[in-house]
Amino acid sequence: MARAVTTRRKALNTAIAWAIGLLIFFPILWIIIMSFKSEGDAIKAPLDVLTSAWTFENYGVVQERSNYSRHFFNSVLLAFGSTLLGLIVAVPAAWAMAFVPSKRTKDILLWMLSTKMLPAVGVLYPIYLLFIQLGLLDSRAGLVIVLMLINLPIIVWMLYTYFREIPGEILEAARMDGANLRKEILYVLTPMAIPGMASTVLLNIILAWNEAFWTLNLTAAKAAPLTAFIASYSSPEGLFYAKLSAASVMAIAPILVMGWFSQKQLVRGLTFGAVK
Amino acid sequence: MATQHSRSAARLMMAPAVVLLLGWMLIPLSMTVFFSFKKFLPMRGDSMANGLDWVGFDNYARFISSSAFWPSVQATLVLVGGVLLVTIVLGVALAMLLDQPMWGQGVVRILVIAPFFVMPTVSALVWKNLFMDPVNGFFAHVWRSVGATPIEWLSQASLPSLVLIVSWQWLPFATLILLTAFQSLDQEQLEAAEMDGARWPQRFVFIVLPHLSRAITVVLLIQTIFLLSIFAEIFVTTQGSFGTKTLTYLIYQRVLESQNVGLGSAGGVYAIILANIVAIFLMRIVGKNLDA
Repeated sequence: MARAVTTRRKALNTAIAWAIGLLIFFPILWIIIMSFKSEGDAIKAPLDVLTSAWTFENYGVVQERSNYSRHFFNSVLLAFGSTLLGLIVAVPAAWAMAFVPSKRTKDILLWMLSTKMLPAVGVLYPIYLLFIQLGLLDSRAGLVIVLMLINLPIIVWMLYTYFREIPGEILEAARMDGANLRKEILYVLTPMAIPGMASTVLLNIILAWNEAFWTLNLTAAKAAPLTAFIASYSSPEGLFYAKLSAASVMAIAPILVMGWFSQKQLVRGLTFGAVK
Repeated sequence: MATQHSRSAARLMMAPAVVLLLGWMLIPLSMTVFFSFKKFLPMRGDSMANGLDWVGFDNYARFISSSAFWPSVQATLVLVGGVLLVTIVLGVALAMLLDQPMWGQGVVRILVIAPFFVMPTVSALVWKNLFMDPVNGFFAHVWRSVGATPIEWLSQASLPSLVLIVSWQWLPFATLILLTAFQSLDQEQLEAAEMDGARWPQRFVFIVLPHLSRAITVVLLIQTIFLLSIFAEIFVTTQGSFGTKTLTYLIYQRVLESQNVGLGSAGGVYAIILANIVAIFLMRIVGKNLDA
């Protein structure tokens, strides 16, 4: 039974929660505001910034000067490419573990998760060296593979937990009715698995989009996604508040929207089912 | 019942994922271990083709005895410990608040979660310039407006500043998980305790905290693993200066900046061992849940 709460108490909760929520969100709000100001106004005192004129010019300038769309495209390609590739590898594996479990399934699953715990810096040089040898440095293909590999454990894990929620009796019934493996997957499993797969895809696009170790260390001008492009603003010569803000807003906006839709999946995907 | 036929099919379906992850783990890992026993300075002409000198555990000893090592351990502990403390304490408070009835709960939740989706380089750069810049930053303006001298955040208070930036990024994660745990709290048990005369602090300590203990442990372990490899935030703010050179950043510098691969690889092995110690505890909890 829900507890009866006085209106006054509820109003108090609301006020405190909104105040804290806005405080936490404030840096993002401030980036958005700054992105619509001129460079001259952006360095003024906060109240003067708010009352100064609004402008769209930063968004145009960022694109013009730095070929923003190229880096944006790189981010899209890396995020979607690595997720798609990961899905192709992970779906069969997760399917097998969920529907044909053996004694070793649990160990394999845990081992896969444990590869996610390997600190990237510990294998930085070997990967760097292999990339040089294979001509993959600053290439999108190389990064797609690396991002796919680092997120593969999470994809397998999430798909496994979703697949396990599909009742096995339905598959058995389909088998009794004469469905072979191909039909079973195509007509029975797929429709039921699509919501789980969609959530998995969503979370992995977010993780790949924001990945900032390998993208910083394995790219230069050509294959750099937005994470690395934004980092180039850290040099003092390139420092313009309004333009940095505009570039930042464009870099985070798509993922912010996706992220809000994936709150639940976040818990499932990143805690490996340890919290329910 | 799974048949022999479906078993071999299952094995075949798992093979690509297993082989890929095995390769991803074993190949670079064995290379790191190999390099850690070698003198390998590519800038001075050492290369694998010419053969590398075997130096035994020299790199391991030198990595630990170098003057940069203990400060880096200290920086790592302060950064990881600081962020854990802030995110877990505030996360519990925030989750408790968000669990209360209120208007616009969904919107507040969205506001609170948002920082988690901001890419690390953006959040670090924005904090560094728009907020912590000692001349034009938001804080500098606020400090001046009350007549105080602006603080040079990233040099005078470098580690606390980094703790603030990273905590802002990770607070949503802690809050979301703790909120999930809060929602499974037995309200009737709380009410019963209240009727028996237990005050709020007692209810919190004896009912709420024990219920949350597992979620807190999980947040602690997962965050520790991710926080130990914090990189981008340091890379775009201080580049490891002003005492912010963590173990991860030190290894990165050894390997890529000064290109002392042998020494850096020995450091890498230490980092891997450290991460594995934390991972074992996490895997134990995950494994238990898998059986349930």
